[in-house]
Amino acid sequence: MEEIRRRVISILVANNAGVLNKVAGLFARRAYNIDSLSVGETENPDTSRMTIVVHADDLTLEQIKNQLAKLIDVIEITVLRTAAAVLREHVLVHVETDGHRADIMFVVDTFRGNVVDISQNALIAELTGSPSKISAFIKNLKPFGIKSLVRTGVTGLQRGDTM
Amino acid sequence: MKLSGADIIVESLIEQGVDTVFGYPGGWILHVYDSLYRYSDKINHILVAHEQGAAHAADGYSRASGKVGVCLATAGPGATNLVTGIATAYMDSIPMVAITCNVNRGMLGKDSFQEIDIVGVTSPITKHNFIVKRPEDIAPTIRRAFEIANSGRKGPVLVDITKDATGEEAEFESLVGAASCRPSAKDLLSDAKDLSSAGGKMPPLQTSSTFTDKDIYTAVGMIESSEKPLIFIGGGVISSDAGEQLAELQKLVDAPVTHSLMGIGGFDRTNEMSTGMLGMHGSKVSSLAIKNCDLLIAIGTRFSDRVTCNTSIFAKNTKILHIDIDRAEINKNICVDEFILGDVKDVLTALNKKLKPAKHDTWTSSIKEWKLQYPTAIQSDHFTAQEIIRTIGDTVDRDNTVICTDVGQHQMWTAQNYPFTTPRTFVSSGGLGTMGFGLGAAIGAKISCPDKTVINITGDGCFHMNMNEISTAVTYKIPVIDIIINNNVLGMVRQWQRMFYDKRFSNTTLDKKTNYDMVAQGLGAVGVTVRNQAEFKAALETAMKQTDTPTVINCVVDPDLTVFPMVPPGADVEDPIME
Repeated sequence: MEEIRRRVISILVANNAGVLNKVAGLFARRAYNIDSLSVGETENPDTSRMTIVVHADDLTLEQIKNQLAKLIDVIEITVLRTAAAVLREHVLVHVETDGHRADIMFVVDTFRGNVVDISQNALIAELTGSPSKISAFIKNLKPFGIKSLVRTGVTGLQRGDTM
Repeated sequence: MKLSGADIIVESLIEQGVDTVFGYPGGWILHVYDSLYRYSDKINHILVAHEQGAAHAADGYSRASGKVGVCLATAGPGATNLVTGIATAYMDSIPMVAITCNVNRGMLGKDSFQEIDIVGVTSPITKHNFIVKRPEDIAPTIRRAFEIANSGRKGPVLVDITKDATGEEAEFESLVGAASCRPSAKDLLSDAKDLSSAGGKMPPLQTSSTFTDKDIYTAVGMIESSEKPLIFIGGGVISSDAGEQLAELQKLVDAPVTHSLMGIGGFDRTNEMSTGMLGMHGSKVSSLAIKNCDLLIAIGTRFSDRVTCNTSIFAKNTKILHIDIDRAEINKNICVDEFILGDVKDVLTALNKKLKPAKHDTWTSSIKEWKLQYPTAIQSDHFTAQEIIRTIGDTVDRDNTVICTDVGQHQMWTAQNYPFTTPRTFVSSGGLGTMGFGLGAAIGAKISCPDKTVINITGDGCFHMNMNEISTAVTYKIPVIDIIINNNVLGMVRQWQRMFYDKRFSNTTLDKKTNYDMVAQGLGAVGVTVRNQAEFKAALETAMKQTDTPTVINCVVDPDLTVFPMVPPGADVEDPIME
């Protein structure tokens, strides 16, 4: 059995009603685990790009690609070679300040994040970066008390002319 | 010209060459039924007793003829009643187009009367589905639905249309007489650049055959270096009408042929090189062949668990060459050594051109010896299901008879014992195992093949599921023959209870008080009960002479008949229990 690891699949889909349902339904019924899924319009308003992160071995990845290819609304499937791809995620963290505002600002500055909202006892910080950077950011903010957070899930494109 | 959406639906069906649709009216599909009334000289509508029967009839119509079957239903319960039939077609890759009507656009999402998100419901059981809300999108969507249903690996497509779209008008121009009613792959590729064309965005469909000369040479090398090749065929051989090419391949390779349930008819069962079915209720000879072969040539099959039994040890000592149209079937259930992607007929045509005729006398004589040693079934003087099925085989003109079945013991006995010789003469729910499939399917089969005798072999359990469709056969004077193997129990489940549940026969003793003859007669059919071979043969011969009345033959048999051979769950397909 090959190694089970994180894979980033980028698919271009026709912007038809129910396409997200069709893709998500395929993953659910074939028991492929989705770590994250992000979707948005592309340069062509008739198409959307979905970036799906899964944990899978080579055989399962092959199956996922083949099953996705059978969906009529799926136009193109690319498995991003993570070494040569730009992968980005965005996070918003609502964190309690409780007298540690300066320490928190230091963490946010160090990660080159921004503070986008501030109130008496809390602030909201935002950060864009690779998924591992986002995870490290959250880990560093955790001791101060995270009230809530939201991650967008990964989006990505292959570098250079390879897409 | 400007037409109503409903007229466009009917015109689009006529454009696709549809002669018959199976359906049931209702409030939301009224416009379409009004069009059917006005177009009744151009398109035939069969009113079924229940929408499930319509879906099975469209399926049987397709399986027996190769044409796309069409069924219609109204919103809500009409649409959901189609679901089992659509799923049945999906599991067996049968081309079908289901058209449903939904509530008006503005009423969607408000839990309106009979509103059901049938596109959501059928997403996992259709090859693709659409919801159409504008009359101008109807014709392109129906054209696309037929194209999808009938290309590549075939399957059902559902088109849900809001009622207001069927009432409003749009421009329609029939493509009948135009170069082609179906867009070519090339057109679709150019369409892909114009994704905003009416009827939704249409990316190109995958082309059917993508194999290369290199793939063929690899396969030829594998086959020519094999000393004990075994050909294993599935439904793909039937679906691509590749019976002739398969027979030629068998002669060239000089190999025995085994088949899955769906592969029945793909190779002449009476040929001395046919080893019969493979799998859970396959023949001992097929088990021995798979145990001893050095190359398995698997054609148009998905290695269902009913065939492979224990996948971790299936065909463990042999190389596997897999030929299939669906890339997703390669290495899904069984990992193979080589594969060729393409339509079975195209692949076999290319392969046969390159293969040199071979002889494997030692191997083929072992097969012949095993066949003598393990005959398909022991002959019996009793009135057993096996004897009934053999009598059917001896009585009918087999090339001109379609045998439908329901699901259970009678289905396996039919699959094991009836001498199928030609493709599309066996119509049965393989993947989904749908009890109640057979009668609707038989009605559809008879309509697509009016010159053939159509027999549905069923059990007393299955009969009670959808016997209402006898009334449909009576109304439309469709002389299908329904043969009930009546053992008074749910035999297949009971067999498992006997073998694996210490004979605790939970809810499998039917003990119905049904008078089958009176039920048949009450619905307007001929009903007759038989208790021995002579009575059965006479009843069958009489039924075959009926030109406009269906017949129900109730065959009373022993409740404790068992289907053997059988590979118990988890066991090796090479090692079936024989009795």
